[in-house]
Amino acid sequence: MASGVLNRTAAALDWVSAAFDAPLARAVVFGIHIDGHLVVEMLLIVVILFQLSRKSYKPPKKPLTEKEVDDLCEEWVPEPLCPSITEEMQTEHPTLESAAAPHTVVDGKEVVNFASANYLGLIGHEKIVDSCISSLEKYGVGSCGPRGFYGTIDVHLDCESKISKFLGTPDSVLYSYGISTIFSVIPAFCKKGDIIVADEGVHWGVQNGLYLSRSTVVYFKHNDIKSLESTLEKLTRGNKRAEKVRRYIIIESVYQNSGQMAQLDDIVRLKEKYRFRLVLDESHSFGVLGNTGRGLAEHYGIPIEKIDIITAGMGNALATDGGFCTGSVRVVDHQRLSSSGYVFSASLPPYLASAAIAAVDYLEDNPSVLTTLKDNITLLHKGLSCVPGFEITSNPLSPIVFLKLKKSTGSQDRDLQLLQKIVNRVLHEDSVFLVTSKRSSLDKCRLPVGIRLFVSAGHSESDILKACGSLKRVTDLELA
Amino acid sequence: MVRLPYLTALTTLFSYGLLFAFGQMRDFFRKLLETDGSDFLRSVPVFAIQGYAPICLGLEDFYTRRLYLRIQDCFNRPIASAPDSWIDVVKRYSKDNNKTLHRTSETSHCINLGSYNYLGFAAADEYCTPHVIESLKKYSPSTCSARVDGGTTKLHAELEDLVARFVGKPAAILFGMGYATNSAIIPSLIGKGGLIISDSLNHNSIVNGARGSGATVRVFQHNSAAHLEEVLREQIAGGQPRTHRPWKKIIVIVEGIYSMEGELCKLPEIIAVCKKYKAYTYLDEAHSIGAIGKSGRGVCELLGVNTADVDIMMGTFTKSFGSCGGYIAASKEIIQHLKKICPAHFYATSMSPPAAQQVISAIKVILGEDGSSRGAKKLAQIRDNSNFFRSELHKMGFEVLGDNDSPVMPIMLYNPGKIPAFSRECLRRNVAVVTVAFPATPLLLARARICISAAHTREDLIKALEVISKVGDLVGIKYFPFEPQNAAPHNALKKLE
Ligand SMILES: Cc1ncc(COP(=O)(O)O)c(C=O)c1O
Repeated sequence: MASGVLNRTAAALDWVSAAFDAPLARAVVFGIHIDGHLVVEMLLIVVILFQLSRKSYKPPKKPLTEKEVDDLCEEWVPEPLCPSITEEMQTEHPTLESAAAPHTVVDGKEVVNFASANYLGLIGHEKIVDSCISSLEKYGVGSCGPRGFYGTIDVHLDCESKISKFLGTPDSVLYSYGISTIFSVIPAFCKKGDIIVADEGVHWGVQNGLYLSRSTVVYFKHNDIKSLESTLEKLTRGNKRAEKVRRYIIIESVYQNSGQMAQLDDIVRLKEKYRFRLVLDESHSFGVLGNTGRGLAEHYGIPIEKIDIITAGMGNALATDGGFCTGSVRVVDHQRLSSSGYVFSASLPPYLASAAIAAVDYLEDNPSVLTTLKDNITLLHKGLSCVPGFEITSNPLSPIVFLKLKKSTGSQDRDLQLLQKIVNRVLHEDSVFLVTSKRSSLDKCRLPVGIRLFVSAGHSESDILKACGSLKRVTDLELA
Repeated sequence: MVRLPYLTALTTLFSYGLLFAFGQMRDFFRKLLETDGSDFLRSVPVFAIQGYAPICLGLEDFYTRRLYLRIQDCFNRPIASAPDSWIDVVKRYSKDNNKTLHRTSETSHCINLGSYNYLGFAAADEYCTPHVIESLKKYSPSTCSARVDGGTTKLHAELEDLVARFVGKPAAILFGMGYATNSAIIPSLIGKGGLIISDSLNHNSIVNGARGSGATVRVFQHNSAAHLEEVLREQIAGGQPRTHRPWKKIIVIVEGIYSMEGELCKLPEIIAVCKKYKAYTYLDEAHSIGAIGKSGRGVCELLGVNTADVDIMMGTFTKSFGSCGGYIAASKEIIQHLKKICPAHFYATSMSPPAAQQVISAIKVILGEDGSSRGAKKLAQIRDNSNFFRSELHKMGFEVLGDNDSPVMPIMLYNPGKIPAFSRECLRRNVAVVTVAFPATPLLLARARICISAAHTREDLIKALEVISKVGDLVGIKYFPFEPQNAAPHNALKKLE
């Protein structure tokens, strides 16, 4: 069959060539002997060129008339700016009537406070308040400008050098808001095409930074070294392109969403093996971990230079506000020109920088406060370990003690409602202020929700026992 | 708008070209001479040797090294006082041609034309400061907790009500930082399938918020209601890209005063267009709230726009109120929705209580609820000061951008060489000014920016004008030489004295 077609085609071609050959026989143009098949080929080429030069077929485009656009605009109905309110979740939260110290007044009643990340118990500390007052009198409240435009006040520079001296890093840079630190730092260093390996349990600030960076983000299992290693291996093995782009690992030292602690020794080993840079958010470990409070690196006895970029919010252990990023001079200088939250926002109010200096001073002078904190954490762990229906998922050293439901109801919302009910009863019946790990619907973290207790060195033994007792009593009733 | 003279454009381009050529040449020779690569080109860092890609890409870094570092003494100048009408600028020196700067303990006392201290609340204030200190003692500097946990104090609740009342909206929500207010709220209002139409000169926080939201972003020409209408028609008719489904919702984002231009938003025209096309409006009043309007209520009051017509009103406390943080004011439903989903409300440390108290006290002064007429005086003073300064600058022949009543007035410099010259010469004569260049402005449109405060006295302003005029002659930036009838700025100044 096929050969038949071929034969006939060959015959037809022969015939056409012969037909052309005849009149043009022995015609020679510029020394080239022209015979039939050349003519046929020329013709074919002309046809192909003609076809190519034609525009491909498109339905004729008729722009909409003004009238049609008017009609479309007329017909368009936008969704409302926000969905209509449903009553399912409370939006009113307990109102504090005094400082958020270990004992505070909530809605007119004195309570024991486990809701503030006041790890060192510095809220209301006299030295801190005094340094704030003298700063307020000298500098006023706000700085009225970004760092570039006369918003750099000498206390900012002092605070930056205090922090780097404390941590033993070459330089550091202050941000005016804790959460803006990490979400500005990530896009300042990670751009389109770069590779980021991040823990799946990172908090929203990190998630936002990852999103804004437009880099390729790969998540590994929450606090799972094996998963991290296989991710790194997969990304780099035989991948020539990966060698040319910047590569980062982004983790938290103590995860806000679970209280677990990163295994820095293994991570540093992996980072060096695969040549990734390490970005570490120390918001809940700076001033807490290590013998002198210098954070996760000190806890593991790892030289701080091994971590390329460290960020931390100062609204926790230091009991002030704002945040900092520290690292090599180059890392810091780069941020001063290209980190959006640093360049485009008014600088930290000077009294908050003074408070941070005073807080670091305090920590240097009183390292024993860390022992108190550790003892409190241990005590709380022991007390909570037998609360029915709950398990502790946080690290025994984490100042965030995280209680997870042993048996989830199956939906995060219903879990949260149940937890909230427990927490509300604990507050109203026993005057102990605890919080659930509430989630914004924009948060992509899928770790289980739970009850979070922020331990402070300012808590007394009886405060802690009271919290444990109350929680046990209420869960017995609620989960029975 | 900017009227860039042809010759100036040419010389400016030439200057940048020269800087670029010499920079490249120097890089080339350094590469030849320095083989060990230790200090060489910060773009080929030690990291590269270890097999890490460099942190900075070549050209970005080139700009920093060869242009910015040469004039970096004009930026980030530390001060050793409150950012009041006069500041103590800390003197710095450099031993390596400006690559690194070192602080000294010496300061120079300068008139401050740089800070956003529009109403003069930056320094200690007879009414605010005692209240702030009282709150500090009561609440400490921080709550160490987010608003949804233990971060809501009575002050926060009070300030939310007060802000809502002040700006003329039913409800408000607070954040500890203006930048984060924009960048966290916009994603809470709109997402995939929505359209954000943003003014081309909007602040970086808005740009980042829009990007973070996942919505499609289109830009309209700065302050042009006609172009906004064009974009709206095109987008509504065309729908979403590829699928052509209708947009879920459209939000138009504008600012009250554009901080790099000093221009007021053409709000009435823009609102009219938005209403016609059912787009929602988002107004960022960072620079305008407190600073303009008869009772300090911002552009809406100044331009006679009903606040009910603006869906979302955003503002910051870092400027007129001399504090920190930001707010969103809107209908009760929207605020409740935001309180239910905004991540910054859930996860960020709540606004520092003494800072909240500062805003409460400042608004009370503005409203006259402190029992004095200081607020009204401040508001009159900032308007007088701004209009006086602007008209004097015009008379001197400077090219000044912006509208009357706006306390922000950029003076065009254009040439890269004139940026440090203007800044340093002013500083030498004890006037602290802000200069802005690429990338904050387009490459050819470098400028100095003056921010006037109600705390400036007439003598301060006259002294500053004299210095600026003298430096302007020296540097050659009086691009529009005076017409005869207002030829003598100095005479005018003398008369005023
Ligand atoms: C228009 C606009 N929005 C937001 C901000 C950010 O405010 P903040 O400095 O309080 O972070 C600024 C500040 O420069 C601004 O100009």
